[in-house]
Amino acid sequence: MLNRIFAIAKKELKQLSRDTRMLFIIFFFPVVLLIIFGYAINFDVKHIKIAVYDQDKSDYTREYVNGLISSEYFDLVTYVQDESEIKRLLDEKIVQAVVVFPNDLSRKLLSKQEVKVQYLIDGVDGTTASAIQNYVNAATYSYSIKLTKEYLAVTGKNSYVPIDLQPRFWFNPELQSTKFLIPGLMGMILIVTAVISISLSIVREKERGTIEQINVSPLSSFEFILGKTIPYIFISLINATIVLVAGYILFGIVIQGSLFLLLFGTLTFLFAALGLGIFISTVADSQQVAFQAANVTSLLPSFMLSGFIFPIETMPAAIQALTNVTPAKFYVVILRAILLRGAGISAFWDQLIYLGIFGTVFITLAIIVDKRSKGKQ
Amino acid sequence: MNSIEVNNLTKKFGSFTAVDKVSFNVVQGQIFGFLGANGAGKSTTIRMLIGVLEPTSGDALVGGYSIKKQPDLVKTQIGYMSQKFSLYNDLTVAENIRFFAGVYGLDGKKYQERKKWVLKVANLENMENTLTSSLPGGIKQRLALGTAVIHEPKIVFLDEPTSGVDPVSRRNFWDLINDLSAGGTTVLVTTHYLDEAEFCNDIILINAGKLVAQGNSKELKTNYIKNPILEIETDRTVDSLEILEKEKWVGETSIFGNYIHVILNDDTITEKNIIKLLQEQNGINVKRVERIVPTLEDVFIHLIEKDNKQNA
Repeated sequence: MLNRIFAIAKKELKQLSRDTRMLFIIFFFPVVLLIIFGYAINFDVKHIKIAVYDQDKSDYTREYVNGLISSEYFDLVTYVQDESEIKRLLDEKIVQAVVVFPNDLSRKLLSKQEVKVQYLIDGVDGTTASAIQNYVNAATYSYSIKLTKEYLAVTGKNSYVPIDLQPRFWFNPELQSTKFLIPGLMGMILIVTAVISISLSIVREKERGTIEQINVSPLSSFEFILGKTIPYIFISLINATIVLVAGYILFGIVIQGSLFLLLFGTLTFLFAALGLGIFISTVADSQQVAFQAANVTSLLPSFMLSGFIFPIETMPAAIQALTNVTPAKFYVVILRAILLRGAGISAFWDQLIYLGIFGTVFITLAIIVDKRSKGKQ
Repeated sequence: MNSIEVNNLTKKFGSFTAVDKVSFNVVQGQIFGFLGANGAGKSTTIRMLIGVLEPTSGDALVGGYSIKKQPDLVKTQIGYMSQKFSLYNDLTVAENIRFFAGVYGLDGKKYQERKKWVLKVANLENMENTLTSSLPGGIKQRLALGTAVIHEPKIVFLDEPTSGVDPVSRRNFWDLINDLSAGGTTVLVTTHYLDEAEFCNDIILINAGKLVAQGNSKELKTNYIKNPILEIETDRTVDSLEILEKEKWVGETSIFGNYIHVILNDDTITEKNIIKLLQEQNGINVKRVERIVPTLEDVFIHLIEKDNKQNA
C-alpha cells in the first residue's frame, strides 16, 4: 500500500515539475500577495499633510504647531494667508487637514478664557479622518495640560491631573498593521494554493481520461487521494516557510510561539483546505470549473470572512455565522496566537477542532458524491 | 475454461437502456471481438466488466469474480486500455512505466524484467527518456498496451485500441495482441474495423444494447445470411442501385466503393437477370456480376438493418 501511495506521489511531483503554469501559481502567487499586502495595504495613518491658518501669529500658536509637527504623524505643508485658500488646499487634496487659529487666541488665553481652535478635516476617507481626529485630540489635550500646569505654577499651586491614561499595546506595541496582516495573509496564501492545486490535479486526470486507468487498477480511492495530497502538503509547508521568512526579513515578524505547534496547526489547516479541494474535484468536470470553484470558495471567503482584514466581531450576526465557511478563519486565530502572542495550545485548541470538523465534513461529502457518480458514467 | 461469463447483464441510465440482457462467454486465451456501432453499448458493457460501472441487473464473472459483488477482486485480474490514451503525456516513457508498475506493486527484479519487456514491445528501447506526448500515435498505442499488461493480467480489455492509427501500426498492434493470446491471456477487444474482426476467435455483435449475433467469422458469414449475394460493377453505380432497389427480388443493397452488393430474396435469380435489367432495359454498361461469399460487413449491415426494422 505504501509503495502504491509513493508511486502516485512521485508521479505527481514529476508532472508538477513540468507544469510551469502550475508552478507559477504555486510559488509566484504568494510572493506577489506578500508584496501587495505587506507594502501597499497599510492602515497606519502617518505623515498627515496639514496647513495652518494662523490669524493670531503668537508664541502660543507657534508652540502648538511645533507640538504637532514634531511627531511623525503630521507634516506641515504651508501657512495659509486668507480663508479662500483653505478651500482650494482641501479641494485639490494638497492637505488633509487645516488648523485655524482665531486672531484673539493669545488675548483670550492670557485672560484665561476658553479658546476654540478649528480643524477642517478631509472626511472622504472615514478611517483616515477619524485617525486624524484622534491624533489632533491627543496633541491638543497634551498642549492644554501643559498650559494648565504653567498657569498653576504661576499661581503657586501644584498641578493635579485626576486620571492620566497610559495605554500600552501588547503583542504589537507600535500597532503595525503588517504584523496583524501577515498571519491572515499566510492563511489566505495556503488555502488558495492548496485548494487550487489539489482540485486541478485531480480534475486534470478526469479531463484527460487517465483516471480511467487508475479506476481499473487495484488502487483504492484512499490511496489515490493520499498519494495526490502528500506532494501538495509539502509544497504548502514550503510556501508557509517562504511567507514566514519573508515576514521576518521584510516586516520583522518573529515567531513568538512554538514551532511544533505552528507545524501541527498548519497541518490541521491543510487537512481542512485539501478536504475542500478534494470535494471540489468530485463535483467539477473540467479544470476551468475547478479553478473557478476553487477561487470562489478559497480566495474570496479567506479575504473577506476570515478576519484577515475585517474584524469578525464587528460583523452582523448573520455574516458572523457565514464566516465559518472558510477554514482560514480558524487558522488565522491560531496563527495570530502563535506568531504574535506566543500562546500555547490552550489559546486555540477549539480552532483545531473546528478545522478537524471542517475537513472531515468535506471529505465525507466528497466520498458520497464520488460513490453516487460511480453508477452513472 | 471460461475467463468471462456474462449473464443477462443490463445497464439503464434513467429510462434509457444502454445494455439490455446481454449474455456471452469468453474462453481462456481467446481473442474475443466485440462489435457494434457507436452508442450500441460496447463501452458501457466493458466499463461494467472492468468493475468501474455497476450493472442495473444481471452479473458477470471475470476471472472467476463477480463484477457486482467483488469488483475490487476483478480489478486484480485484469488489464485495461481505453480509446482515450491512458498514458500521462507529461511523463517520459520510463516514468509512465515506473508509475504503472508502482500502482500494481511491481518492484525489484520483476520490475526490471517487465520494464524491459514493455520497452521491447513498444519499440522504445533507448528512448526511455522521451516525453510520451512526442511519440507517434502507433508507438503510443503499443506503449499503452504494454503498460496496461505490465502486471501480466489473465484478461485484457481493449476498448477501440486502434482508432485513429495508421494501417501499418494497426497491423503491428494486432501482432502484439496475437502474442498475448498465444501466451494464454484472454483478450476482449472492441473495434470498428471489420478486417480486425477477422483476427478474432469469436465475435459478438451488439445493436441498441442487445446482442444480435455471435460466432466465429465463418459461422457469422454462413449462419446469418442464407440468401445469395451478388457483387455488381457498372458504369453508373448510383443509378443502378436505384433501379435494383425497385425490384421485388432484391432484399438489401449496399455500396462498397464502385461495387454494389445485392442480397437476393429469390434463389432463381441469376447473373443473367441482372444484366438483362440493367444493360438491356436501362442501357447501363455492366462490367461484372459475380456471386460472392458475404463479407463480415455484409453480415453486419444485414443484421443491424434487420434489427433496426424490428425495433422500429
